[in-house]
Amino acid sequence: MHTLSIKALAVGLRSKKFSARELAAHFLKRIEAHDGKLNSYVTVCADSALKEADAADARLARGEGEPLTGIPLAHKDIFCTQGVKTACGSRMLDKFVAPYDATIVARLKRAGMVMRGKANMDEFAMGSSNETSWYGPVKNPWDPTRVPGGSSGGSVAAVAAGLAPVATGTDTGGSIRQPAALTNLTGIKPTYGRVSRYGMIAFASSLDQAGVLGRSAEDCASVLEAMAGFDPMDSTSVDRPVDNYAAALDKPIEGLRIGLPKEYFAEGLAPGARDCVMNAVKKLQELGATVQEISLPNSPLSVPTYYVVAPAEASSNLARFDGVRYGHRAEGVKTLEELYKRSRGEGFGAEVQRRIMIGTYVLSHGYYDAYYLKAQKVRRLIYDDFKRAFQSVDLVLGPTATDVAFKLGAKTDDPVAMYLNDIYTIAANLAGIPAMSLPCGFVDGLPVGMQLMGNYFDESRLLNVAHRYQQATDWHTKLPKGFE
Amino acid sequence: MSLSADQVRQVAHLARLELKSEQVEHYARQLSNILDMVGQLSQAQTAEVSPMAHPLDMVQRLRPDAIAEENRREAFQSIAPAVQDGLYLVPKVIE
Repeated sequence: MHTLSIKALAVGLRSKKFSARELAAHFLKRIEAHDGKLNSYVTVCADSALKEADAADARLARGEGEPLTGIPLAHKDIFCTQGVKTACGSRMLDKFVAPYDATIVARLKRAGMVMRGKANMDEFAMGSSNETSWYGPVKNPWDPTRVPGGSSGGSVAAVAAGLAPVATGTDTGGSIRQPAALTNLTGIKPTYGRVSRYGMIAFASSLDQAGVLGRSAEDCASVLEAMAGFDPMDSTSVDRPVDNYAAALDKPIEGLRIGLPKEYFAEGLAPGARDCVMNAVKKLQELGATVQEISLPNSPLSVPTYYVVAPAEASSNLARFDGVRYGHRAEGVKTLEELYKRSRGEGFGAEVQRRIMIGTYVLSHGYYDAYYLKAQKVRRLIYDDFKRAFQSVDLVLGPTATDVAFKLGAKTDDPVAMYLNDIYTIAANLAGIPAMSLPCGFVDGLPVGMQLMGNYFDESRLLNVAHRYQQATDWHTKLPKGFE
Repeated sequence: MSLSADQVRQVAHLARLELKSEQVEHYARQLSNILDMVGQLSQAQTAEVSPMAHPLDMVQRLRPDAIAEENRREAFQSIAPAVQDGLYLVPKVIE
């Protein structure tokens, strides 16, 4: 059951091959058997998952089910889930039980999905290796001595190991795409504003976007369609109808114009990863796509731009954690200032503290123009690069990450080296365009992902191209040893 | 661009973060490295460029000024670290 697509699971539920309760129990059994090695879940929902599964079975029996009814999923622990602990990978929220559901949690619940549990993640989604979590690192199912990527590391490890059929994630600078690439999954970060951010714990509000991690573009399409859409509770949610992603999957891609940005294939990309991506390009050409080299000249500045904009927004967003209304509170303090400082000093880990301090610094008097304003201007240049590119191509293709998954601990002492992991993914967040990663080969038994970036609200095309590629290849069907 | 230990202490104070004294030098080094990397931005020609705060050209949506939320004070206070008689407790601020 854990290797079936969502579509096949839905058929199985309807033909009574298995019930939603049996499906939920099957994944629980797998979690119990395997997650000790991976640490992908921080909370496993026991009773509530069975209740939701029973409700799904009842709906299906009445013939009222929706396409996702009875399908289990893991939610990244950044999404508020009413009555279920929502810790965001942080000691700050270790005892936080959310008093309401995030909009996407409520939507997927209404669609009948069964929340199997909450997935581990980098603290406040700040990290590219899932090593900043207060709950410990997540291991990559392809090689437990390596990282799964981050920040949605628990989400990808759970799906890659067959401990959930699909999971939600969030992507501020690559946190869906990079971990997808490192674990042989398909992951999509939609256009900024396409999916509601209400109830998603804020990191950098002009960049954060929720999305899906699954084993195929088809699986991602069905869950994204249920998540996406206007939400009055999010002031940056876009009021625009959601395309029928599933219906567009099979469209032929003859004549599709693909742009390969030369900056994405320059020095820094591992030769093995490069070969995999170029083989995928050849395959897409066989399927009828045309390819041209393009330039995104400002893309080398996307990492420095991001490390001004994102920490600036984070320092402001994380100011809410004051030890008063919710979250960690230090013991034995005498003054209000001491309460703030010690609660935040104890509640936040080192990476979060670094980013808060960088953000505070670049926003402070005398440095604002040199850093923050400058970064916002370069952000415009990066955005203009994409606008220009999309005049001559339909989508931009490149690698998702510079190489395969690295070893646990390899980059933890060097924040800048860690940040450079996201060199190919950050630009899409700065511009706000949709992007996805999908499997395109292996180097020494470790997965490589390619990235597709599309024009605003063109998720449908990304999923279509990814699906056509996956119909013609079988990389995405490969499973890690020991988790078949 | 490098940050001194004193600057790190000052920024931590502004951000209301208590740092252990042994962390300060370490942070100073790491934050300096990050700022060095960020320093690449100065290469970009941006004289004629308007800053971009947000990826979408959109105006702030307005809603009718009507009460739409129910009062959930008890639910919200049940997750607070310290409350009494419906009030959040903090250390004494007025002598």
